[in-house]
Amino acid sequence: MNMINTPKVDKVGIEDRISRITKRSLKKEAKMEGLKMALNMVDLTTLEGMDTNNKVSQMCYKAMHLHDEHPGLPTVAAVCVYPNFVKLAVNSLKGSGVKVASVATAFPSGHSTLDIKIKDTKLAVDSGANEVDMVISRGKFHSGDFNFVYDEIASIKEACGKARLKVILETGELGNLDNVRKASDIAMLAGADFIKTSTGKIKPAATLPVTLVMLEAIKDYYYKTGIMIGMKPAGGISNAKLALQYLLLVKETLGIKWLDNHWFRFGASSLANDLLMQIMKQTTGSYQSANYFSKD
Amino acid sequence: MSERINVLKTYKIFIGGKFPRTESGRYYQPKVNGSPIGNICLSSRKDVRNAVVAARSAFEKWSGATAYNRSQILYRIAEMIEGRKAQFIEELIIQGETKKAAEKEVDTTIDRVIYFAGWADKINQVFGSVNPVATSHFNFSMLEPTGVVGVVSSESSSLLGLISSICPIIVSGNTCVVFISESKPLCGVTLSEVLATSDVPGGVVNILTGKRKETVPHLGKHMDVNAIYLADSASEFKESLRLDAVDNLKRIVVGKESDLYSNKFENPYIVTSFMETKTTWHPIEIISGSGSGY
Repeated sequence: MNMINTPKVDKVGIEDRISRITKRSLKKEAKMEGLKMALNMVDLTTLEGMDTNNKVSQMCYKAMHLHDEHPGLPTVAAVCVYPNFVKLAVNSLKGSGVKVASVATAFPSGHSTLDIKIKDTKLAVDSGANEVDMVISRGKFHSGDFNFVYDEIASIKEACGKARLKVILETGELGNLDNVRKASDIAMLAGADFIKTSTGKIKPAATLPVTLVMLEAIKDYYYKTGIMIGMKPAGGISNAKLALQYLLLVKETLGIKWLDNHWFRFGASSLANDLLMQIMKQTTGSYQSANYFSKD
Repeated sequence: MSERINVLKTYKIFIGGKFPRTESGRYYQPKVNGSPIGNICLSSRKDVRNAVVAARSAFEKWSGATAYNRSQILYRIAEMIEGRKAQFIEELIIQGETKKAAEKEVDTTIDRVIYFAGWADKINQVFGSVNPVATSHFNFSMLEPTGVVGVVSSESSSLLGLISSICPIIVSGNTCVVFISESKPLCGVTLSEVLATSDVPGGVVNILTGKRKETVPHLGKHMDVNAIYLADSASEFKESLRLDAVDNLKRIVVGKESDLYSNKFENPYIVTSFMETKTTWHPIEIISGSGSGY
């Protein structure tokens, strides 16, 4: 594999496959299982300038107690916060099995020196983060300085130690699907454990076509190296129906092995509640109201 | 030259300010004296769901609009019905009314809208209150809209009955999902075209056609519907709706069809039926500090 001549993407083919996926729907037991699986794959996220300790600890409580009046629900996969909240999140989630992910490397723009980005990463990891979500340098990528992007990811991977590294491509800024494919390949070659679509700060964020391109990249990489890479679409996935379509896409592109929160995640804040509302709808038969579900 | 073929209108439903076809793709043909009067959407459970979502998302902005603004918009509805008077009369006649009765119905409809338009900025002046309390508080009560209201509109009075259900609900800032007459749906669908061009924000009124037996129970059980107005006191849904309403304590209001043409239907208590009272205890330094006696 090399980073210069990455495969070109058949845009029409991608759109055709997506349009077929979005016309399908899951019913009854399969839907219920799908909803619970999606819930278990959520990275409950708060990445706002106005985040406070209380907001973060409240979100951690929510991660463990999604909707206590309905027993048997899974927890979410992880919470995702800024590095300075990692310690608090780790303490709040002790013993629950919910992981702590932290954004790092001058999130969301990624404009800083490597030295500071490494320190940012170490702060997160030393505070106890299980996972680090880094952003790539999109400016360098667009200037054609792919080596810089690669080296940066490799350095951050080293700084992560045991923590798993998710590499955010910020596909909304990459311009086209060919670039998405190229950035995915660079990230995987440089040592990413996960590739992730977006920061959630740029629109468009995650979309089905972009996700399919990244899943295809993961598939090719797996066939060449035998190494499994995780996928995390993030931003803009706010309802259960869409989440189920993502699961269909993963199942059909990568197979059942990837249908596990070790390999697939949703970065979202409002998705969890919509999934809960749909689960309650399936259980009780009545459409639900947001008034009866905790906000954070 | 070949003979011209008439273009038959497809009557669509009205959700969130748009005119989609029913999600189910099904249609029915209501008949008057044995002949069909149109192709009408048979709305499904999912149309109900979409309509409630539209009504909920419109609620914040509509209830937050100034009372004066809501009043103007209701007045605009009356103006637009006036402009389409001939069409409404024609449709009422197709639905089996006499010309004289149809004209009376449309005139009363326009007057009814204007009557309720006037209440928008007066309802809190008349029904809000400053309450005497024995502590150092300025205590006052204000009326607020309830939220999303489901409407099972009149089966027999397809225009006047419909407008007399919608206006008192939306004038205070509620939004609604309305099932219009099953056997006489033409005026209801035309009314949705009036609403779409009267500055009424999308989602404030959502209009569904079809078999009520299929759809009303979903409205009754919906946790995001806060109240239900049943226009016909003899409705078959009265008991089942009351039972379904228990889960989230929906308010069920039952109308009285026989009063539609009388001025009994022009009273503000219909508006307050869909409002809730909020009482505020505002601390003040000394009771009667201003010298007033409340």
